[in-house]
Amino acid sequence: MKPARRQRLFLVLFIVVGSSVTVGLVLFALSENINLFYTPTKIVAGEAPVGKQIRGGGIVVPGSVIRAPDSLKVTFDVTDSASQFTMVYTGILPDLFAEGEGVVATGRLDKAGVFYATEVLAKHDENYSPPEVVDAIKQATEAKQAL
Amino acid sequence: MASWTWFHRLGSPKWFYEKTSRWLPWLALVTAAIMVVGTVWGLAYAPADAKQGNSYRIIFIHVPSAFLALVCYYLMAIAGAVSLIWKMKLSDMAVKSCAPIGASLTFIALVTGAIWGKPTWGTWWVWDARTTSMLVLFFLYLGVIALQDAFESRENANRACSILALVGTVNIPIIYKSVDWWNTLHQGATIKFTEAPSMPPEMWQPLFLMIIGFYCFFALVFIMAMRSEILQREKGTRWVELIVKHRLNKLTNHDD
Repeated sequence: MKPARRQRLFLVLFIVVGSSVTVGLVLFALSENINLFYTPTKIVAGEAPVGKQIRGGGIVVPGSVIRAPDSLKVTFDVTDSASQFTMVYTGILPDLFAEGEGVVATGRLDKAGVFYATEVLAKHDENYSPPEVVDAIKQATEAKQAL
Repeated sequence: MASWTWFHRLGSPKWFYEKTSRWLPWLALVTAAIMVVGTVWGLAYAPADAKQGNSYRIIFIHVPSAFLALVCYYLMAIAGAVSLIWKMKLSDMAVKSCAPIGASLTFIALVTGAIWGKPTWGTWWVWDARTTSMLVLFFLYLGVIALQDAFESRENANRACSILALVGTVNIPIIYKSVDWWNTLHQGATIKFTEAPSMPPEMWQPLFLMIIGFYCFFALVFIMAMRSEILQREKGTRWVELIVKHRLNKLTNHDD
């Protein structure tokens, strides 16, 4: 390789490595702010600001969903399997909202640690399966429990 | 040190044009066949998803276009590096040809994602790490397109585009790993390089076929863009003149 080309090769490597390190350090410094939502652990530990608009998210605890009989008010618990907090929301939930599924909500925390959501989004996981398979698994677990 | 002549022959526009003339019809045929089979298989024969129903079928377009948008960027950056180091004509043309194709693929990924997001998440758009970094990719492609015409001299435009392409490579691993590094609304990868896909074979088989189809489609469109770029930049040369003359003869004979 000619010396001039070798020099330009080093320039190219310098551009790629230099910009990667720069962006890497910036992202590392900002990593907490890049997270879309506060996890239940952070909220319970008091790391999320109270009274400010934030996002909180986690898995809806099965059996915790309580719907008001006379309004659209819904109360449910959200967990990350280590901690959990309660969310209150009045409005229409997305179709994919379900117990045991993920949610990300925008809203405010009160001093008691209850999250008042103004918007609830469903977080889909990376697993896909046809309905027959899910039904078969459900029937199998029910059969096992019946034994 | 080994001889580099083969490498320089590879960079000859004439060589590229003549070789691809023969490949192009076959590649077009293969692309059409794979895309038709993949689309019909994915949309009509693959089972519906238990939670999302039929709306998940947009992944047969969304995932391949997002995947190829990243692949296209790496190709553009490698061509940019070759162009900076070896000053090869063909690599400059490759940088220029990649940008609009990559921008279109990124745009398709963003739009199909939004259309899927509304019924699934409950919103068209959210500023999480995955969607935002994908939007940055779109702007990087637009930047390269804009820089191509921002300079009087071809050489300066080539250099500026190559440098922007190289700087932008840092975004590609960020897009890919964003769902693991930060908590996002976008789900993690269903198809990983290290693990088995978290979907049944009757779903990932058509998806893989569509990814292969998009690869072929990308190659096809890229080669066509390269060929038109070659003809434009080499229009003063003897071999291009001969091709044009030959084509014109064919046209006039046809009219008689």
